[in-house]
Amino acid sequence: MSTVENTTQVAIIGAGPGGYPAAFLAADLGLQVTMIDPENNPGGVCLYRGCIPSKALLHTAKVISEAEHSTNWGVTFTKPQIDLDKLRDWKNGVVQKLVGGLGQLSKQRKVTYIQGRAAFLDSNTLEIKKTDDETVQLKFEHVIIATGSRPAEIPGFPNHSPHLLDSTSALDLPDIPKTMLVVGGGYIGLELGTVYAALGTKVSVVEMTGGLMLGADRDLVRVLQKSSEHIYESIMLNTKVVDMKETKEGIQVKFEGEGSEKNELVFEKVLVSVGRKPNSENLGLENTKVQIDAKGFIKIDGQRRTSDSNIFAIGDVAGEPMLAHKATHEGRIVAEVLSGKNVVFEPNAIPAVVFTDPEIAWCGLTETEAKERKINVKVARFPWGASGRATTLDRNDGVTKLIIDPETERVLGMGIVGPGAGELIAEGVLAIEMAALASDIELAIHAHPTLSETVMESAEIYYGLSTHMYKPKREK
Amino acid sequence: MTIEYKLPDLGEDIETGDIIGVFVSAGDTVIEDQPLMEIETDKAAIEIPAPAGGIIKEVHVNEGDTIKVGQLLVTIEDGKGKAKEPELKEPKNKAVENEDEKIEAIAEKEVQQEMNADPEPKEKIKSETEDKSLEAITEKEEPLLDFKEDKKEKIASDEREHVSNNKAPASPSVRRLARELGVDINLVSGSGPGGRISEKDLRNFAPGEKPKSKSKKETPEPPKIKKQEPGGTKDTDKWGNTERIPMSKVRKLTAERLTEAWTAPHVTQFDKADITELEKLRKEFGQEVAKAGGKLTTTSIILKVIASALKIFPQFNATVDMENGEIIYKKYYNIGVAVDTDRGLLVPVIKNVNKKNITTLSVELSKLSEKARSKKISVDELQGGTFTISNLGGLGGTYFSPVLNAPQVAILGISRSAVEPVYIDGGFLPRLMLPLSLSYDHRLIDGADAVRFLRWVIEALEEPFKLPLEG
Repeated sequence: MSTVENTTQVAIIGAGPGGYPAAFLAADLGLQVTMIDPENNPGGVCLYRGCIPSKALLHTAKVISEAEHSTNWGVTFTKPQIDLDKLRDWKNGVVQKLVGGLGQLSKQRKVTYIQGRAAFLDSNTLEIKKTDDETVQLKFEHVIIATGSRPAEIPGFPNHSPHLLDSTSALDLPDIPKTMLVVGGGYIGLELGTVYAALGTKVSVVEMTGGLMLGADRDLVRVLQKSSEHIYESIMLNTKVVDMKETKEGIQVKFEGEGSEKNELVFEKVLVSVGRKPNSENLGLENTKVQIDAKGFIKIDGQRRTSDSNIFAIGDVAGEPMLAHKATHEGRIVAEVLSGKNVVFEPNAIPAVVFTDPEIAWCGLTETEAKERKINVKVARFPWGASGRATTLDRNDGVTKLIIDPETERVLGMGIVGPGAGELIAEGVLAIEMAALASDIELAIHAHPTLSETVMESAEIYYGLSTHMYKPKREK
Repeated sequence: MTIEYKLPDLGEDIETGDIIGVFVSAGDTVIEDQPLMEIETDKAAIEIPAPAGGIIKEVHVNEGDTIKVGQLLVTIEDGKGKAKEPELKEPKNKAVENEDEKIEAIAEKEVQQEMNADPEPKEKIKSETEDKSLEAITEKEEPLLDFKEDKKEKIASDEREHVSNNKAPASPSVRRLARELGVDINLVSGSGPGGRISEKDLRNFAPGEKPKSKSKKETPEPPKIKKQEPGGTKDTDKWGNTERIPMSKVRKLTAERLTEAWTAPHVTQFDKADITELEKLRKEFGQEVAKAGGKLTTTSIILKVIASALKIFPQFNATVDMENGEIIYKKYYNIGVAVDTDRGLLVPVIKNVNKKNITTLSVELSKLSEKARSKKISVDELQGGTFTISNLGGLGGTYFSPVLNAPQVAILGISRSAVEPVYIDGGFLPRLMLPLSLSYDHRLIDGADAVRFLRWVIEALEEPFKLPLEG
């Protein structure tokens, strides 16, 4: 940028999956927009070091694992040779292609893009420290804080050791270690664990609580956990890492809890993935009326407005669930609010997808939540053992289930485990948002032979009338 | 701390009401002043707000119940004081529930023979579920703590809570339209399968969106409130299908009051006022009144004229006490104006009309009519009238004979004004004529008085100077 805009109608701090859709829509609705981000193109964590690069690598992992699996079908490949530099280049190419595209879209919409970091001087002014070390001030009418989150660190761990990775450095693929410990059995750890395991690393997972993927229904997680036993060297549940010491070979880890037979092991690499923290510090929020809760999330209302009326916050920095698509929707809502529309963020279903093998996806009400909140629901499960398509893929380990309100037969939630679950969940989101009934899904023709039939058959199971599963009729 | 919230005193003479909508159920989180339910009394529909924020522990009443002042409505846990203790009891219940889950999970496995036998020991499942209960406790504590913080946070946390709640069954586009129309979609009952709310349901519910084709005398549809069972009983008689619907409180009361009024011997006096000049003045000063926030209408002008006429003819501002053989003259001039609402005929009363100018009356009338239509009117605003005006002119008609609003002894009906040829000074001239109908109680008022009263009103309308001169 050679020229600097000193005033703008809308300033957006952070050009991730929350910030850039907000910027684009606000510009499309006729507002003058300035977006500030330290990277040279929009994209944020999602594109640079999150969703996109991890999915590129997971695709590789999938090909490797299927090639191994195909021995069962009479097709045997030789052991794959991995050119790590080429793989890294390919992954980086994917990222560059996408962020470059966003840069173009940003220019076409005449969004002013400032590469740098912004902090509030007061409720109407930002001070931007540009990447080229120039400092400028920007007056705005409205601002959207979309600064996202970063991997949480555990104090006391050798956080600066080259052997200790977080999701960002793990995606850089520094090398393929012989052994790796993943600390934290959440989606980030399991996705990256899957990648390294496919590349040949012996991966162990340690989780403090009694199960992987807290938040997902246990019946779905059980399927993942079973298949993970083949992928991972070990999964240690109810186990805590109490100490880590850097050694020549890697990191010596001391465990405590029921999952570890030996209480001390050495790993070449340790990946810490114990959640993410909102980036609400160093923004000069103390110079505004914006309030932050105990966990560091910015407090917002239904329109994503903070306690300071012309300041909005979206995405990870504004609360759970920390998901890119939630941020995108919030960003678009705020853009509409700023253009004068009376709208609020009111989804009935936000899908969550874990891109492990098999994938897990869910949306709306979970079975666990229904039990906790004593909501009377009926659950209709269709095991993929009865799916023709799953059998042709040699993947009968999936389950599709619907959470249904027995009074109205309305679909309140959906959960899926199995390959492609992330794509299949879209039907559940639409069904819940449209207040569809189980019969609406049952009566909609689903293409054969596809995995989407499992959704239709789950609805059939609700009525006890599934084609491929014989089950006595449910009492109503 | 637990709050046992009882039906508070609702104002004079009101002892009971019917619940026409309950907006909360056990487990809901409410904020202070959030409407809990709507009740309909003899006089008005009233929203009962939450006395404090908290979690609804129990709702003790149901829709359709008739409740008394002092009756227990809801129990609210406000999150202050010793709130944690009951929460800690949770795990025990959970354990029982999780047992069920375990059995279900095992049963599931047996059925799904396609899937391999799960080598997971049962112990493992147990530890997982226990873990979940712990999680449940920590999660449950949060909303309680939230109440110590500011209101905004409460709203935000409610928002989060709601994400996967069983929300109103409507598509995102319909939900968005509801916001545009200013309708709380949770109150709309849907006509689609599973109660799904369509755009049409929404427009039917939204105030002001309803086509205004109904005449006042028609039975209005009962207001559509969510969860209200379709009260009608479908039936057939020998000529075809019928449906039995219980009368709304307003309809029933209207019927009872009019039957009572009918026992008074009624006479209706008809006449016409030439309002050609008045109409010019009305248009000329309309904008000024609009600036004050009111609408200068024929009704608001007539209000002022009637107040003066009542002073000159006091027997029109009186009631009859037949038992004691006495006439009670009212020394105050409170005039009711009939308003057609979704719930039926309501008559808000403008107090001390004689002490207010036409601008004030216009503002007050606009406000009261709007309140009556949006169910915000208070009981007090519907009481204490001494005379009533019913203007059906907006809808049409030439004359009608209004029934008295007992125990009042007179009522003025206004119909639609029309340009008519009037013979003046040897020729026909186009004049704007307003048909008026004055019904009166012949026990107290004789025909000649009625003619004098109505003529005075007409002359005051035709010659506005008469008002300050004589009134």
